[in-house]
Amino acid sequence: MVAFKLAFRNLFGAGLRTWLNVSVLSFAFVVIIFYNGYLDGWNKQAYIDTKDWEIGNGQLWHPTYDPYDHYSLQDAHAPVSGNIQKLISSDQLTPVLITQATIFPQGRMQNILLKGISPAQQIIKIPSKSLDTAGSIIPAVIGKRMAFAAKLKKGDNVLLRWRDKNGTFDAKEIQVVDVFSSNVSTIDNGNIWIPISQLQQMTGFENEATLFVVDKTYTAGNIDLWIYKDTHFLLKEIDDIIESKKAGSVLIYGLLLIIALLAIFDTQVLSIFRRQKEIGTYIALGMTRWKVIWIFTIEGSAHSILAILLGSLYGIPILGYLQIKGIPLPKTMDSYGITIGDRIFPSFSIGLILSTILLVVISATIVSYFPTRRISKLNPTDALKGKIS
Amino acid sequence: MKISLVLVITLLSFNLLGQSAIKVLEKVDKNMSSKNRILESTMTINGKRNSRIVVSKSWAEGTKKSFTEYLSPASEKGTKMLKLEGQLWIYSPSTDRTIQISGNMLRQSVMGSDLSYEDMMDDRKLQDLYMEKLIDREIIEGRNTWVIQLTAKVENVAYHSQKMWVDTARYVPLKQELYAKSGQLLKKMEFKDIKNAQGRWFPYTTTYKDMLKDGKGTEFKITSILFDQSIPEYIFTKAALKQ
Repeated sequence: MVAFKLAFRNLFGAGLRTWLNVSVLSFAFVVIIFYNGYLDGWNKQAYIDTKDWEIGNGQLWHPTYDPYDHYSLQDAHAPVSGNIQKLISSDQLTPVLITQATIFPQGRMQNILLKGISPAQQIIKIPSKSLDTAGSIIPAVIGKRMAFAAKLKKGDNVLLRWRDKNGTFDAKEIQVVDVFSSNVSTIDNGNIWIPISQLQQMTGFENEATLFVVDKTYTAGNIDLWIYKDTHFLLKEIDDIIESKKAGSVLIYGLLLIIALLAIFDTQVLSIFRRQKEIGTYIALGMTRWKVIWIFTIEGSAHSILAILLGSLYGIPILGYLQIKGIPLPKTMDSYGITIGDRIFPSFSIGLILSTILLVVISATIVSYFPTRRISKLNPTDALKGKIS
Repeated sequence: MKISLVLVITLLSFNLLGQSAIKVLEKVDKNMSSKNRILESTMTINGKRNSRIVVSKSWAEGTKKSFTEYLSPASEKGTKMLKLEGQLWIYSPSTDRTIQISGNMLRQSVMGSDLSYEDMMDDRKLQDLYMEKLIDREIIEGRNTWVIQLTAKVENVAYHSQKMWVDTARYVPLKQELYAKSGQLLKKMEFKDIKNAQGRWFPYTTTYKDMLKDGKGTEFKITSILFDQSIPEYIFTKAALKQ
């Protein structure tokens, strides 16, 4: 307790020097929390949006389906078996049929993925209900990115060309009946959604599907030839992006932290040099060398406690504001092909805050300890005379 | 009685027209095909903003074997293409690699033109794929033509139906339209600059136009053609691609 009292008394006594160190360290502390909270918020948002809009609680894939190889789509489909049909009837999963096609908006050619979905499905948020229309023209829903790229809006007609199961061309007009707004670009960019029954009829893949999106009640795993892909697998891409971003961020706040720690280290070296007589007096009065090291180490690491307090003083209102209002992102981020919203709402968990506090305190303690090791070799008589070796 | 007579005459004439269509196609086939040919050509690919001209030299034997070497522009120079019994290989000098174009890749455009590899590859006879019917007579640029309607009789064809305008005197197609199942016109070909080459009428200029997109299409111009030449067998081997 004496060590703490002494430490804080000395720190406050040092005046501006202490506050400069504390300010830099507090800034590093706030930046670490902000950046990690920003990435965690993005991650959380991406998880929720991707589950809501694309993957549900997992997917059942045809064995040859590869979302990164559009050429695989030609063979990646199979008839819906009786077992699967029962699950569809009980709303545990919904089929999606995917094929390649081309649209010709304003005389331009644009390759797209034509996806068939049941208008009655409620597992993912695609507004498939809008596809439940009566009429000769094929209804289609598209995302805002697709609408922007193809210069299409609700009510527009566009010519669609596709091939049936034998490779024979067919072409018809489709009508955009709805434009949805989603943060998940993979269901939007280059995608057109039409009723699955119509797509099955158009392609000749009667009662066939490429994949099924399952809901929370689905527990069966692999079924018939369909391979179950859980959310952990389907969200791996997002995890990888966030991991790489986090690795990059370590460099930014690591540098900041190093600068702050270097200042503490320098202060400690200076303190020991300037306070030799004080150190000699402590030892002469009967304090063990390790007790003196402890006092000086505590003094150094007390910077981190003050930094945390100062950081909290201005960090809580700033970060709290950002958490509520979100951080706006430039519009170009939309076209990067990653799941990201217009705004990112940072997520500052207790775990993040505690781990950052520990990081700052432990690293400050370590850098405070190293210069004090010289005390253990100190001769008290020389120290009292001001002769440090 | 009169109605029956008209019906019989109509049915007979339809039958005769049907037979004529086959004969016309056979004569077109006879005129257009040869044992082999060597041709030099330019392909003008008209884009929205600019045009590209690709010069090539081809050796072909029947409809199953062909070898093409691209001579210009510099970016395509040295690229070679070998079509052999339904398979297609492309050699790229920049990577010094030969790749086989198969499956869905055949549906890609040839060097950004309005032609797909698949269009180039389909060497089956029209009579084997389509039911033909002579439906009309028209005059195109002062030439009398028969209009033949072709409707697919097999499933694995890219175009469900076609319309072909054949010069009645020279048995050369002057125009061809390719349709989707729905009846939507997809592609149009126009054959011009018909010349007599070694005793046969042959179109020296062909324009391919994808009717669903804007642009002037792709123009294929033959600068020289030689029929029934002696072509060494090694030309139609994969080894020739790297030479």
